Amino acid sequence: MTEARIAKRFAAGPESAAFALDVHLRVEPGITVLFGPSGSGKTLTLECIAGFATPDKGRILVDDRIVFDAEARVNLPPRQRPCGYVFQSNSLFPHKTLRANLEFAAAGLPRIEGARRVGEMLERFQLSEMAGRCPHELSGGQRQRGSIARALLREPRALLLDEPAQGLDAPLREEFYAILREIRDSLHLPILLVTHAIEECFELATHMVVIHNGILIQTGSPLSVYRQPASSEVAALLGDYFLAPAEIASLDPHNKASVIRIFGAEIPGPYFAGHFKGDRIRLCLQPSDLRLSLRGGDRALPGQIPLTLVRVVERPRTVRLHFAEGLAGDMGVAEFAALPQSKFWQAEIAPSAMRALS
Amino acid sequence: MEINWFPLWLSLRVALLATAFSLAVGVWIAYLLANRQFRGKELVDAAVTLPLVLPPTVLGYYLLVLLSRESVLGRLFESLTGGPLVFTWKAAVLAAMVHSTPLLVKLVRAALETVDRTYEKAARNLGANEWRVFWRVSLPLARRPVFAAAVLAFARSLGDFGITIMLAGNIPNRTQTVSVAIYDAVEAGNETTALVLVLAISAIALVSVYVANRWNEGKALR
Repeated sequence: MTEARIAKRFAAGPESAAFALDVHLRVEPGITVLFGPSGSGKTLTLECIAGFATPDKGRILVDDRIVFDAEARVNLPPRQRPCGYVFQSNSLFPHKTLRANLEFAAAGLPRIEGARRVGEMLERFQLSEMAGRCPHELSGGQRQRGSIARALLREPRALLLDEPAQGLDAPLREEFYAILREIRDSLHLPILLVTHAIEECFELATHMVVIHNGILIQTGSPLSVYRQPASSEVAALLGDYFLAPAEIASLDPHNKASVIRIFGAEIPGPYFAGHFKGDRIRLCLQPSDLRLSLRGGDRALPGQIPLTLVRVVERPRTVRLHFAEGLAGDMGVAEFAALPQSKFWQAEIAPSAMRALS
Repeated sequence: MEINWFPLWLSLRVALLATAFSLAVGVWIAYLLANRQFRGKELVDAAVTLPLVLPPTVLGYYLLVLLSRESVLGRLFESLTGGPLVFTWKAAVLAAMVHSTPLLVKLVRAALETVDRTYEKAARNLGANEWRVFWRVSLPLARRPVFAAAVLAFARSLGDFGITIMLAGNIPNRTQTVSVAIYDAVEAGNETTALVLVLAISAIALVSVYVANRWNEGKALR
């Protein structure tokens, strides 16, 4: 088991605000994506696990081995921790050839075993032909594969990756994801990947952990997190979510239904477990949840939310309509073009699409 | 008129040896200052800077007191090597070293601090101990500015006057280095000797500084 319970505080400095990291993270074999904005403590968490930073409190286990325990005063140096680390920037030693980079990691192994692994890794990541080149003579994709090969050479018991796809353009990113998936499937290895790109969660994550301001705010599969953000912070991080204030007008547990009051209209909603009549909630909606149509006058049809258009953003296939109420909806380009221009709109929302944040 | 070239050869030999010793001591101190946190770090930093600001005669006086034939260190040196240190060419080496090490430490420290820490972290993560991180990663990555620092330290060793004259004296054909010989020649009205030595030293210094700058820029001379 690979597990980290870490607390670390930073006092406010002349150029930095105070920051506190307090996380409890368990990484199973497969890919766990630690998702959060920059400055949320993602990289710091990785650095604590690898031993580049020392937590104030807590305990870190890598493959059931204690590498850090504040109470027992255990703090193994990085070189004794069985973690592979792939850095955000290319970290291949620029003064060594690719082969020498791998051989650096093989030092300490019996010579024949080391040479065998170097050869195997070069072969596995299709780098044998350029093994004699220095990093600056390699392409971005080759460098990234080289970094991973080097990190895996010592057969680590956990693999840590710090925004490894940053700086790669789209085709290389795809190639890189394929490599990571291959590693996930062929090695029984806990992989912890840090990113602020939501696509990477869907592409790679078996498990997703959302970190914000040094605290883990939601965990689960990427889809479950995406479908039901636990808080407005998570919704904001995921992007594509719009929040609308609403009030529960009535609850009907028998029919698993409710009526909610939103922007002056009363519309049918789902049953909100754990809420009472009169509760103020925030509806968390995506543009695809709104079924838009024009409304005739100032009032919307029953069961529809009245909206006022403020801005239209054209995309390749859809237009996104932003409304004064803080919501947005999507519509086909042709469909939108066929309608007369008006700023008075209404939207219908399926009760099943309504998520409530309190 | 015959020019005595001995001072020039002596100076070159002294400067070369002094640079080697400076590197051995200075790189180590620079490493400690650049990478380690320890008690008394500011004190070490100050002590290393001191020779840059103290008058050379003051330094020479300290060393003379510390290393004279009656002192503990002086006797230790004599029992180890069978001869005295002060007023020999060996003293000139020490004088040149004291003159150049502070500059070397400053430059090497700055060079080591330019190395991207990511490479050092990567090396540690790959199982390297601090010794290996330094010799196989940090120093090779900083090799150009470190080499430039060594060249400048050599040029500076060549030019010491005050410490040398206090510690090694002015014994013609024994301890008389170029800068001392120039002083002597001017005193004696020996204009030609003075001019030739002055030009020789200037040329060496100019070449050294030029080479050091080229290496520091990281261009050419690969």
